[in-house]
Amino acid sequence: MSRQSLAKAHQKIQELSWEPQYHEPYMKYGTDYTFRKAAKKDPLKQVLRSYFPMQEEKDNRVYGASDGAIRGNMFRQVQERWLEWQKLFLSIIPLPEISAARSMPMLFQAVPNPELHNGQAIQMIDEVRHSTIQQNLKRLYMNNYIDPAGFNNTLRNFHSDYCGTIGRQFAEGFITGDAITAASIYLTIVAETAFTNTLFVAMPGEAAANGDYLLPTVFHSVQSDESRHISNGYATLLMALSDEDNRQLLERDLRYAWWNNHRVVDAAIGTFIEYGTKDRRKDRESYAEMWRRWIYDDYYRAYLLPLEKYGLVIPHDLIEESWNQIWNKGYVHEVAQFFATGWVANYWRIDGMTDEDFEWFEYKYPGWYDRYGKWWENYNRLSRPNGHHAIVAEDVDYVYPHRCWTCMVPCLVREDMVVDKVDGQWRTYCHEACRWTDAVAFRPTYEGRDTPNMGKLVGHREWETLYHGWNWADVIQDMGFVRDDGKTLTAQPHLDLDPKKMWTLDHMRRMPHVASPNVILNEMSDSEREAFVADYNAQGPAGRPANATS
Amino acid sequence: MTTTENSARSVPKPTFTDAEAGAKEFPDSGPSARRYNYYKPAKRKQTHYEDVTVEVQPDPRHYLTQGWIYGFADGSRGYPLNWTKLKAWGVDEPEPERGPGSGGKPVQDWPAHGWHDFRDPNEEWELTMYRYNANVERQIGQNVENARNAKAFDQWTQNWVRFVERHVGAWMHIEHIFGLYVFAACNRSGPTNMHNTAMAVNSEHKIRFAQDLALYNLTLTEEVEGFDGAAHLDAWNNDAEWQGVRKVAEALTAVDDDWGEMIFGTNIVFEPLLGELFRSNLVQQAAPGNGDYVTPTVMGAGEYDFAQRDLRWTQACMGLLTQDREFADHNKQLMQGWLSHWVPQCLEAARQLQPLWSQPDAKPPRFEDSLDRAKNRFAGILADLGLDAPKELSQ
Repeated sequence: MSRQSLAKAHQKIQELSWEPQYHEPYMKYGTDYTFRKAAKKDPLKQVLRSYFPMQEEKDNRVYGASDGAIRGNMFRQVQERWLEWQKLFLSIIPLPEISAARSMPMLFQAVPNPELHNGQAIQMIDEVRHSTIQQNLKRLYMNNYIDPAGFNNTLRNFHSDYCGTIGRQFAEGFITGDAITAASIYLTIVAETAFTNTLFVAMPGEAAANGDYLLPTVFHSVQSDESRHISNGYATLLMALSDEDNRQLLERDLRYAWWNNHRVVDAAIGTFIEYGTKDRRKDRESYAEMWRRWIYDDYYRAYLLPLEKYGLVIPHDLIEESWNQIWNKGYVHEVAQFFATGWVANYWRIDGMTDEDFEWFEYKYPGWYDRYGKWWENYNRLSRPNGHHAIVAEDVDYVYPHRCWTCMVPCLVREDMVVDKVDGQWRTYCHEACRWTDAVAFRPTYEGRDTPNMGKLVGHREWETLYHGWNWADVIQDMGFVRDDGKTLTAQPHLDLDPKKMWTLDHMRRMPHVASPNVILNEMSDSEREAFVADYNAQGPAGRPANATS
Repeated sequence: MTTTENSARSVPKPTFTDAEAGAKEFPDSGPSARRYNYYKPAKRKQTHYEDVTVEVQPDPRHYLTQGWIYGFADGSRGYPLNWTKLKAWGVDEPEPERGPGSGGKPVQDWPAHGWHDFRDPNEEWELTMYRYNANVERQIGQNVENARNAKAFDQWTQNWVRFVERHVGAWMHIEHIFGLYVFAACNRSGPTNMHNTAMAVNSEHKIRFAQDLALYNLTLTEEVEGFDGAAHLDAWNNDAEWQGVRKVAEALTAVDDDWGEMIFGTNIVFEPLLGELFRSNLVQQAAPGNGDYVTPTVMGAGEYDFAQRDLRWTQACMGLLTQDREFADHNKQLMQGWLSHWVPQCLEAARQLQPLWSQPDAKPPRFEDSLDRAKNRFAGILADLGLDAPKELSQ
């Protein structure tokens, strides 16, 4: 084809825009948004003639680097502490990616602007790329890293693990319910525009510091596609804003999407970056510092705030509260502590923190040691089987938390926990914003307005419910988190691969049974429940009982 | 010149960790542990394609023990198996009932139902799809560039110029509609990741081919004096010959909530009877006689997409269902009904296209011969699937 300018080529392909003459496409996915005004231009101006060779070139670089990593024995320098957390991360992320591909046709139907459909179709292709390239990276780790356990049964693990649902929101939220809420606001406006910065830029940086240059290779290549997706979201948002009737829904959805992304992404990525690294240089940025730069400054101040003049109601309070959670209430540290508490229900090994780690945390988060230091010392003390239980069943001044019904991260900032009876069931929520999401936002009416297309929060949302009354050994076997000798656990609370130092099902068999906090909550009388709430709110930090003195 | 070191520079320190495969022996350190073990491969050995595709989309009948966690307003969730009337063995078995103390109830004998038996025979994932489509784009670009340099378009007769600007141009709209509003639209609906990825890749082919035709049209507008780059819109919107094809193509996007019928109607019925009829049996045949060796290379790329890749996955997908150990009869009956519905519409649209065969100066094979060829090919596809050619085909 002749060397036509991109602008001319892009202009030409607009002639493909289709106005149905005989049959309208079947409308499978509904939305309560309306788009009566203001058609927007396709911001991507991408044609496939240039797109495919460009992506092929990016692939060549990625696979060349993969080959180089193997030939150069990258795994001789990879920190096991880091790679172990990738067993969790890389089991989660291919599903959100492929879900983003699946969500694009929801926008074809909801956004009546054929020009934007071109960009959405290219995003669909990108997302197929992301999902399979990440699945492939994990395969490479499985083949070349010292411990393949956890990588080799990755998708079974993620689908049944005690924290899998936390990650799955970042996928199902893209493809279910109101098409604009899911595929535009939750996915492109918040998840991709705000939180991929920490996922795909900040985290790969930390990987490189831990000897893994393949994660940055793959994820920076992925991130180079994200900028296009951000443009898709922005164009749709401006279209939505031009219709006054949408503003109430936009306000609702931004509140939900912001808070849920904060709860889910900050929990996971914050933990990977802060507790999965061995790089304790004092001048390397903490997750809180990254968050302030990437999300607060670049997203909130530079992207969201200017939209206020177009009538977008920005959830300033929730954004400030998210920062408050991270900086003052130790959100990431509480989550990491919970992951480590429940190591027995995981499929990766969690390294304990050392004096060097303690020093770094204290430097970056003054007061950290007083809150968390003692518990991590106990974690180390209890890490090798020696006649005691795993830490979850030992008395280490830690109260096993209730799950948040909405975000499914436990209610770790104890003072914020609220309860409510919703759909006939008593539920705990980690924060009022999560209670609002379940009880108010995801409903068929919102502030007196019919919202018949809004989705629902469904499923067995508390993992512990399924195993209420079970022995831990049976739980772990049921999930399949056992190594090929039939008894050694996939997960371990240390990095020592000496079989004599590794926990087995026999150790689990001796532990007390699993109890579901939600089942127990629903068995309480009103007065017992009130007392429980008062006690729970007085707990913490670091999960300490209400009456703890240290 | 002296070299100065920046003492403030801070970099992470590489550490020798010896964390490579084989460094120690422990449970799960052997070679047999270095494969994804949560699914059964279709053949003896797991393929790369399977490793990056299978089970990424979860299934509550497999390991999704807490179930889907978001639902639509009507209560449906995830990827419901009833988004098509087609059925695969095992789908009528109830989902495991889970609740307090039930345990996870993971699948004991993978897979739980026959939808998971499907594998794309093209084994498409990101690496293959970019290599393939980038190669096609490069080849088309080189062909057209070469023709431009050789002044090949000067050999075209005026009638052929009109034919290409109107009718070859009009075909781009069909590809675009199918690409976006059939295949991309359905990539949210399939029961497994293998189905949905195959549909997404099929969509890429269609969207790419539509754009190839549009940009070829733009090149011709720039290169051929008097070539009307907007004529394809007039033909598409107003020519009687095109309205039948347009009507069927639009009807395929409007199928009532059944991704299986959309895919079957498009790739099994429309494409052989109308797509190949126009692309292979008209344009490819007529072009050389009219001095055009370029258009067939552009058209041929799209034809290869369908004949060698898109039809292939569709046959594999539908073929499993017509031989399904539990629902073969149900599926065949359903597909026969779809054939009775779509074949007459496609044949009627084909006949509306007939005047196009007489427009070029150098005539292609007769319309009836072309249609017979398309019908024979179509009947062969049906025979491969174990389906009967509908009586309407002989009309």
